[in-house]
Amino acid sequence: MYDVYKIRNDFPMLREPQTMQGHPLVFLDNASTTFKPDRVLDAMDVYNRKETANSHRGDYDLCNKADRAVAKARESVARFLNAGVNEIVFTAGATSALNLVAYGYCLKVLKPGDEILISLAEHASNVLPWFRIASLTGAKVKYIPLSEGNRITVEAVKTALTPHTKFVSVAYVGNVLGYIAPIKEIAALAHANGAVLCVDGAQSTPHLKTDVKDLDCDFLAFSGHKFCAPTGTGALYGKYDLLCAMDPFETGGGMNVKFYPDGTATYLLPPMKFEAGTLNVAGIIGLGEAVEYVSSIGLEEISAHEHMLKAYAVEKLLATGMVDIYNADSEGGIVTFNVHGVFSQDFATYLNAQGIACRSGQHCAKMLNDVLCVPATVRASFYLYTTKEEIDALVEAVKHGGNFLDAYF
Amino acid sequence: MPTFELTPAMMREIIMDHYSSPRHKVTPEGEGYETLHSSSINCIDDIDVFLKFDGNGKVKDACWNGTACAISTASSDILCDLLIGHDEKEAKYIIDQYRKMIHEEPYDSSVLEEALAFMNTGRQAARIHCALIGWDAVEEILKGHHHE
Repeated sequence: MYDVYKIRNDFPMLREPQTMQGHPLVFLDNASTTFKPDRVLDAMDVYNRKETANSHRGDYDLCNKADRAVAKARESVARFLNAGVNEIVFTAGATSALNLVAYGYCLKVLKPGDEILISLAEHASNVLPWFRIASLTGAKVKYIPLSEGNRITVEAVKTALTPHTKFVSVAYVGNVLGYIAPIKEIAALAHANGAVLCVDGAQSTPHLKTDVKDLDCDFLAFSGHKFCAPTGTGALYGKYDLLCAMDPFETGGGMNVKFYPDGTATYLLPPMKFEAGTLNVAGIIGLGEAVEYVSSIGLEEISAHEHMLKAYAVEKLLATGMVDIYNADSEGGIVTFNVHGVFSQDFATYLNAQGIACRSGQHCAKMLNDVLCVPATVRASFYLYTTKEEIDALVEAVKHGGNFLDAYF
Repeated sequence: MPTFELTPAMMREIIMDHYSSPRHKVTPEGEGYETLHSSSINCIDDIDVFLKFDGNGKVKDACWNGTACAISTASSDILCDLLIGHDEKEAKYIIDQYRKMIHEEPYDSSVLEEALAFMNTGRQAARIHCALIGWDAVEEILKGHHHE
């Protein structure tokens, strides 16, 4: 039995009641970032307070302990994604993982006239690296058209693939609307076309059971802080052969075997080849613990909880008769809406005045709003600790949304 | 301080009035306008401001256009009202006093008229830049302005 109140007790941010503008904090911006449970904080604290040493830099016990902690976290992440342990590269997050693919893989293999295929719903992190690579290689960025319901469909991918498509990158779950893309089918289509598939897993990994072998994607990038790990953590999954074929993006200590005055250098094998410099050891330990924590609750259970909250929120919000919802039928725990006659940013400010944290704007997916035909939206996003009562608070605020200037008086 | 007490109801009415029917929200077609684009990394506001001076160095017309929330819409619109008929030095003084008010420092309220409706913006820290976006842009134009 899923006990959300018991889960909330694991999180200091929820257990020790926080307030915002004099109201109890209602945090509905989990697509942006999430809270950390004791387990994550404690593990990082032990490393920082009692066990600090660099990883793979010394011959003493403390250093060995740090090495083992990093290895353990890598095993946790690999198990979490059903990947090989050497297929997990630690990064600062999904953005740096995607940039690693861009500069390590695409810059090396793409040629003038090749096509990079993305969608109009992508987050800036899954758009701008490809713009850069296109300008550096002479490749072109093309778009998968969104269906009428703003989904990425298999049919749309089929029509967008051309003999020139060499690289495809799409989000498993969109960060604005929360639709799940048919990654397994897209992978098969991309491979049949001779293209490589990269998946932006920033919004899927925290909410959906992810099996990279079953999906057969070539790369998958994710951020730790979206599932209870600290900011500045994340990883890139890459098929081992592809990682071997890739160039390092950053070079330096910890990733080389030897180097000589004549400029020759040899590098370690993946994943170390891509982890130059001192690792974010405390963060990686926190990431490993977060993976174990989320796994102990169960991804299927978390998905089901979010699905229940989504249905509840849509029903209650629509019942007010005061909102337009842009993703009522999406699978993810995200409700994207506007209150009639109220600009999204003004409503988000009103919510702030009620202690409710929601995001307004374009949510970093600045090409999508032209598709939705609205300049901006309000986004409420849920996670494993979100309650119906928190959604009730949002619905109550919507009912009074016309008085949005109350925030100032 | 204002010669009369502005009540919250009055301030709300001023903001809503300029938000729902802005007087100066237009991209001018005539010639002789100096213009600047202004946007923010942490909000949706994305506007252009336009200033035209007469032969005596006074603001003859001021307008703005773009995507903006209630606070940036109303504050930019009221700014245009305040600027028209003033010279560069007076305009700079008005903007300076408004900026002090927004940052909750002592200010000369006698020149701010309807802009006094924004005296509470500091309560919503995330919206301070909305209340300033048009004002910042006009100030930039004034810095670069050399009337003949």
